[in-house]
Amino acid sequence: MADDGLFEFLHMEIVSYCHNNDLKDEKENALAKLECMGYRVGQRLVERLTKECSRFKDELDTMKFICKELWTVVYRKQIDNLRTNHQGVYVLQDHKFKLLTQLSDGKQYLDSALKFLAFPCGLIRGALSNLGITSVVTAEVNTMPACKFQIQIQRV
Amino acid sequence: MAVCVAVIAKDNYPLYIRTIAVDNELKFHYTVHTSLDVVEEKISSVAKNTADLRELYLGLLYPTEDYKVYGYVTNTKVKFVIVVESSNTVLRDNEIRSMFRKLHNAYVDMFCNPFYNHGDVISSRSFGEVVNGMMVQD
Repeated sequence: MADDGLFEFLHMEIVSYCHNNDLKDEKENALAKLECMGYRVGQRLVERLTKECSRFKDELDTMKFICKELWTVVYRKQIDNLRTNHQGVYVLQDHKFKLLTQLSDGKQYLDSALKFLAFPCGLIRGALSNLGITSVVTAEVNTMPACKFQIQIQRV
Repeated sequence: MAVCVAVIAKDNYPLYIRTIAVDNELKFHYTVHTSLDVVEEKISSVAKNTADLRELYLGLLYPTEDYKVYGYVTNTKVKFVIVVESSNTVLRDNEIRSMFRKLHNAYVDMFCNPFYNHGDVISSRSFGEVVNGMMVQD
């Protein structure tokens, strides 16, 4: 990424813009819009990043790519913990999530933190979908700035 | 120099096919279609041979009497197929690889266009120009 600050500021503004809507329908759709944005960005990002990569052996290989290369490119660090139950559920833990570090630690902003996690969830879902894996990605925050992304692979 | 270049999506439908001006273009379409089977076979059989496991370039898929067909699969399961004339012995493996690399670069650039939706037919002019550059000129 060229400059971290640029993306963080832009993201903060996008979240703020999506939520500052007087129409009731728009308010409910804000999170969905952010997630869709992240989805499209994730698809394109992964297309560019896997240009030089060798082929992925299996699902776990793909997940490791997301945790290491994708996370490094977007957030300049790697995922701290990856857990799986080997049946299609993966939990990615980031102890110091980039987009949440600017919000204060403590309980005050826990609910608003979820707004900032919609785009990253979409990013992961888009990346996985372009690599051939359909999934549902959710996020949760218990203590700022650590957060957990839960990925559920949909096997058809 | 290629005689036919094709880009095929993950679900095996063509995103882009370009052939030189011939009477029966359908012949090339058919060749590309049948090469898809070989591509699938190569990807699934790759598990046995770990040396090939890591390559995106698949190499010569199959030779027919007039043409040779080469394949390349990206990590996003998009397939590129290039058909060259058998009589063209000047073309070496390295050149085919570089053609695929150029194609891949052009594809990624085209995919990053915000107005392009995943799975649409490719109608980008600059992508067309890159393909033009590697087709036989007559």
